Amino acid sequence: MLSVDSLQVTYGGAVEAVRGVSMEVPDGAVVAVLGSNGAGKSTLLRTISGTLRLHRGRVDAGTVRFGDLDLTRRDAGQIVRAGVVQVPEGRRIFGRLTVEENLRAGGMGNRDRAAKAEAITRVHDLFPVLRERSGQRAGLLSGGEQQMLAIGRALMASPRLLLLDEPSLGLAPRVIGQIGEVIAEINRQGTSVLLVEQNATMALGVATHAYVLDVGRVSLSGDARELAQSDEVQRLYLGHTGATPEQQRTERAPRRTLSRWTA
Amino acid sequence: MTQFLSLLLNGISLGAIYALIALGFVIIFKASEVVSFTHGSLLLLGAYAIARLADPLGFLPAVLVGVLMTALAAFLVERLIINRLRGAPVISLAIVTIGVDIILLTELIRQIGPDILNIPHPWGGDSVRIGGVGISENRLIAMGVAGVLIVAFFVAFKYSSWGVAMRASAEDGEAAALMGIRQGRVSALAWVVAGVLAAVAALFLVGAPTPGVSAAAYTVALRAFPAAILGGLDSTGGALVGGLLIGITEAMAAGYQEQLSFLGRGFGEVAPYVVMIVVLLVRPSGLFGTKELTRV
Repeated sequence: MLSVDSLQVTYGGAVEAVRGVSMEVPDGAVVAVLGSNGAGKSTLLRTISGTLRLHRGRVDAGTVRFGDLDLTRRDAGQIVRAGVVQVPEGRRIFGRLTVEENLRAGGMGNRDRAAKAEAITRVHDLFPVLRERSGQRAGLLSGGEQQMLAIGRALMASPRLLLLDEPSLGLAPRVIGQIGEVIAEINRQGTSVLLVEQNATMALGVATHAYVLDVGRVSLSGDARELAQSDEVQRLYLGHTGATPEQQRTERAPRRTLSRWTA
Repeated sequence: MTQFLSLLLNGISLGAIYALIALGFVIIFKASEVVSFTHGSLLLLGAYAIARLADPLGFLPAVLVGVLMTALAAFLVERLIINRLRGAPVISLAIVTIGVDIILLTELIRQIGPDILNIPHPWGGDSVRIGGVGISENRLIAMGVAGVLIVAFFVAFKYSSWGVAMRASAEDGEAAALMGIRQGRVSALAWVVAGVLAAVAALFLVGAPTPGVSAAAYTVALRAFPAAILGGLDSTGGALVGGLLIGITEAMAAGYQEQLSFLGRGFGEVAPYVVMIVVLLVRPSGLFGTKELTRV
């Protein structure tokens, strides 16, 4: 469905953010992209969504294809109409607009009235709280509700592929769990998902396939469950050192105490 | 007391005209992030076109064509210049609009020459008295038309798709683009609306008690700038309040000229700027403006 082939992106003609990334999102799949800050995750999504130019970025080589469509040659509006919609990092909801107006703005890329009506029912079913708060200013919602609004807003365009940029950012663990469930539900309803995350636990929990980006390159890829078991992912993203928690505590605690408090 | 009421009524009617101009100024700022200094010459273009066309076409068709011409001119400025400079610093864009303004204004002044063109308003230059308070018919009709347009504008801004798209992209352009909102289209439409409002304002601004269409009409248009700025550049409600405030100030300062004679003659013309400066000293982002105008 979405295929990225040896993609190279630079900012300002100098800074290489993505160097030769290739990846696939098959129809109906949830694919996760893991990576720390600066790994090129957001750049990848900007390239797919056609907003690179707003950041003075340029595709130097490679292709991004959605079906038969070459996305690198399309503008953001055309890409939304083709069915690829992004939930940006940090939610970016329109805080001064009401919840309802936010959803309306999300549906602007959707010409089909019937599809729009269907989309709003789907969003309200997924997030009943958005129906309750429809007249409220979006800026007054809690962080978790804002993330739901951001996802709902994107769903208003009836996407075939939903791109999510760090939906867990700044949210409480319980809410992150809910977001994970929502993503799984959206996928069950027939939307493919490309999920970019630093929170590997949640991402690998919902994804079928995952890629690990490291300084602009794919360093690991494979089945999500297998990746979750691999040493490298465990060490880098799941916080396991291989030692048991008790061992860690006895190893680290005394040294830290000494260096800080003896003087 | 009668004098005060009369000045207040005249001030409100003048302010309603200023509010039309200021609204255009504000929506251009919101949609294109440009402080558009072309507004003065667009307004003069509207007045000039209506005045020239009124003879061959008749009054109403002339107004229609003149308004459309002004809207078209605004549209072309946006498409040919502003749209191509998207992302340029606000200051550079503002200076570009000053350049466009000078070119347009110079040509218009050359066309008008030393004459004073008249728009043959069917309502003429008569005054009416309402309970002892006098106001020219022109200003009274202006107040009605401006009121209708302003209400229509606010309804559209609140409820229409264009309004929602415009407010969304003003708040976060990139997020709006990610929703498939075409900013180019939103911005072009804002210029067209601003052009229409400016031309309608021009129609009334050059009628009684103002003598007619001359290069001087341009300086009148400039007084809508303090209206937009003191209301808060990014606030449509602010443009309305600012417009009324400036109109009333100007009418009062002119009406009580004798009492204000220690300030010199013609204080009415500078009063709007004085009010703007005072307001900005107290509230640097205007009465209703967003505190932080820089975007992250």
